[in-house]
Amino acid sequence: MTLSEEQLAEGFGAVSKVPSRTRVVARRFFASTQGRIGFAVLALMFLLAFAGPLISPWSYTDKDFTAFMQPPSTRHWFGTLQTGSDVFAVTLRGMQKSLVVGLLAALISTALAAVVGSFGGYFLGWTDRTLSWVTDLLLVLPAFLVLAILSPVFGPGQWALFVVMLALFLWMVTSKIVRGMAISVKQREFVQAARYMGVPPVRIIFRHVIPNLSSLLIVDATLNVSTAILTETSLSYFGFGIQPPDVSFGTLIADGSKTAVYAPWTFWFVAGLLVVTVLAVNLIGDALRDAFDPSSGRRR
Amino acid sequence: MKPVLEVSDLTVSFGDVHAVRGVSWSVRRGEVLGIVGESGSGKSVTSAAIMGLLPPGAKVTGSVRLHDTELIGAPERALNSFRGRSISMVFQDPLSALTPVYRVGDQIAEAVRVHQRVSKEAAQVKAVELLDLVGIPRPAERALAFPHEFSGGMRQRVVIAMAIANDPDVIICDEPTTALDVTIQAQVLDVLKLAQARTGAAIIMITHDLGVVAGFADRVMVMYAGRSVEVGAVDDIYYRMRMPYTVGLLGSVPRVDSGGRPLTPIEGNPPSPAALPPGCPFAPRCPMRIDACDDEEPPLFPVGDGHHAACIRWEEVRPHEPARQPPAPDRAPRSERTVLEVSGLVKDYPLVKGAVFKRRVGTVHAVAGVSFDVREGETLGLVGESGSGKTTTLTQILELTAPQEGAIVVLGHDAARLDRARRTAIRRDMQVVFQDPLAALDPRMTVYDILAEPLRTHGTREPGRRVAELLDLVGLHPSHAARHPQSFSGGQRQRIGIARALALEPRLLVLDEPVSALDVSIQAGVLNLLGSLRARLGLSYLFVAHDLAVVRHIADRVAVMYLGRIAEIGRVDAVYDAPAHPYTQALLSAIPVPDPVRERSRERILLEGDLPSPADPPSGCRFRTRCPKFRAELTPDERVLCVDVEPEVRAVADDHGAACHYAKSREVV
Ligand code: SF4
Ligand code: SF4
Repeated sequence: MTLSEEQLAEGFGAVSKVPSRTRVVARRFFASTQGRIGFAVLALMFLLAFAGPLISPWSYTDKDFTAFMQPPSTRHWFGTLQTGSDVFAVTLRGMQKSLVVGLLAALISTALAAVVGSFGGYFLGWTDRTLSWVTDLLLVLPAFLVLAILSPVFGPGQWALFVVMLALFLWMVTSKIVRGMAISVKQREFVQAARYMGVPPVRIIFRHVIPNLSSLLIVDATLNVSTAILTETSLSYFGFGIQPPDVSFGTLIADGSKTAVYAPWTFWFVAGLLVVTVLAVNLIGDALRDAFDPSSGRRR
Repeated sequence: MKPVLEVSDLTVSFGDVHAVRGVSWSVRRGEVLGIVGESGSGKSVTSAAIMGLLPPGAKVTGSVRLHDTELIGAPERALNSFRGRSISMVFQDPLSALTPVYRVGDQIAEAVRVHQRVSKEAAQVKAVELLDLVGIPRPAERALAFPHEFSGGMRQRVVIAMAIANDPDVIICDEPTTALDVTIQAQVLDVLKLAQARTGAAIIMITHDLGVVAGFADRVMVMYAGRSVEVGAVDDIYYRMRMPYTVGLLGSVPRVDSGGRPLTPIEGNPPSPAALPPGCPFAPRCPMRIDACDDEEPPLFPVGDGHHAACIRWEEVRPHEPARQPPAPDRAPRSERTVLEVSGLVKDYPLVKGAVFKRRVGTVHAVAGVSFDVREGETLGLVGESGSGKTTTLTQILELTAPQEGAIVVLGHDAARLDRARRTAIRRDMQVVFQDPLAALDPRMTVYDILAEPLRTHGTREPGRRVAELLDLVGLHPSHAARHPQSFSGGQRQRIGIARALALEPRLLVLDEPVSALDVSIQAGVLNLLGSLRARLGLSYLFVAHDLAVVRHIADRVAVMYLGRIAEIGRVDAVYDAPAHPYTQALLSAIPVPDPVRERSRERILLEGDLPSPADPPSGCRFRTRCPKFRAELTPDERVLCVDVEPEVRAVADDHGAACHYAKSREVV
């Protein structure tokens, strides 16, 4: 029962490479317009955030004492703030922080939800009880208060810690939903099939259970990006979160909203970029969800 | 005689999908018309169109005349006065036809009162009479019960009672017995015959089962791709068919009365109604196809008295000649090497009640002492109706843990004394194929990943080559590897399931109803594949099924289970040709064979009642509550033994045993 070489070559030749899941999902993702636009826009935002400062004549710490609260001009592309800071430079700096914080916090929290929920739901028993207990505990802690109290810790350079803290307060509800769904996926025959094949439980969770919850998880991650950015924004608005002299979308919107009425450039550029970022993330989320769901392609 | 119901040129389309394309037939009083076809042939849509039960968005043209009234396009109010009175319907799922919150007596009385001016009391009396007629024991008492308190077979009786409540002219039965076990199916068919005799109604019997139709119908219509492709008297269709599709259909059904006959599957899959081939819709699968077949869709040619066939080569079509059977070679003696041995297996489940506070109210004895073995290169068929414990037995074996009682020895290793490494090693040699391939294949994975999974799990780095080999082995193209399971047809999916099970070159394959979800023409192909794989790869099969005909076809030995115990076990020929246990005899005699003459002359051994609850099995012999022998043949003295002592499996012949104190061989098929 072996095939000749040509037959093999002919067989897989038609599909170029080994058609594993990763490849198929990637191909389907980039085949959709939504996916391509979303990915392009987000890539552009990153490029802007990290390459933009290189071409800008000002850095975010520079202050132009000849121009306070000036509207956009050739000298200051986005205008200046009350302090004389260049809006373009500080916006980009804020964007660097917010993009990284938002995306990372979202990914971490969704991953945490997926792992905790599906382990609890799959193994049940004491694993489940322990994990549920932790989940419930975090659920009753007032997240905002804890973050506010801890804010002095997030001094300059401590943003990574901030990301982790943010993520730590975002995953519980999703994890509870994931747990319920994992219990029902566990009953499905293909999971039984994998068990009888001798696939170890942890591998079953990562190969079968979590991918079958991917629609939920992707929607959740998408929402979490916005939530993380907005939580950071509101924390910073109250003076917690990212600490000066570092800036983020949050601190900028907080400052800008006070002057938005008579100096709109201090507010609208930041707000606009925030909206575009969130939209791009949503587009990517939708496209990813469809790419993962093998039945979605033919329905349209 | 004038037909009571006449359908002419009926078409039904949902958007671009033409589900029914010009079907005509008629039935006379007292006549039974069988409509057979595979899924997607449009047979059920036809009946829904007649009853006016199609979903909105369906477009219906043509005419349906009941006596002299046109039903297509008739106002809803007029239809309502026909439904349930002149035409009534029996569905596959009786639970959906009954309202769960009303007592069945009230529901039948209600059906009577909708169409007849009678008092409430009179209607209630009539309801009890009807329940009695359809064979519900203690009808007056049972009329007060709710639908969920009935078993599936009893529910279907209630639905039949309701269907005949107003002496209808036509009863449409849409797969009325598909969801039932064979012994129950025989009971229900019996009740339907009785109901027909009482009311003189015409019956339209829609089914996929050629056996049911053979014994029940006067005339048969075969549907394919939304059209009637052959219609005629039942004997014409079964013995003098003129359409290659009918030939193929009959050639692909495994029969309980003849084993070893190779099945001739029909190549390919039925066309999708949205993309029909030009010309004859059967052309892509037809062994007799010529170029002229693609020119236009063949009309129904008159080929005999009241016999029509839609094939341009009808004159040359001949019934399928079964390949001349070589005189059965003396069976090779059983191999010495045992791959699976189950002895004294017991499994109980707690019976719990209550949603919030669960309390244990009893014990379900799902498996109560089962022993059998499977030798190398051998296929053991494990058959039984629902509730017989065959699935529990199977899961116990697959779990590879210590059973509650008894022992399971797989490939020489006792399941109770396995460490983790050993267990994984055994999983490699024992693989499983599930009933529903769609559920058993992860919908989020490509076929490549699905087939590569067992290989990677057991340490193959580069599974690509083997995946291509496997696809080829089960008759699929390697380029299919990039697709997801959803984009395959049922038969192809099951082939993927089989390929996955074979990936690691196992020695023992456990098959859980592997073909019961498939249409007959597809089923034959999968069965043939399993047969040839066994021969080529030297596999042993444990084949669990409820369909005895399939088991006869594939298995060397068979074990018949009843209520958690083995009733009869032995070589297939011995058990099928000379069953010794009364249950096996009843089971075999209940299976309809696709052979009208034979079907008419067969005597059914009807079992009474339903399976007792496995939580409270009868004392002594578990089968005694339904045993025809116990009831009719034994003297009171002899019965004592049945009531007091549980019979063990005892040999009645060489490699043939039965668990009955009074086992005696008898020919029933
Ligand atoms: S018309 Fe041609 S293709 Fe169609 S059934 Fe007859 S022989 Fe076959
Ligand atoms: S032991 Fe008695 S009751 Fe049981 S099957 Fe035999 S005859 Fe019937």
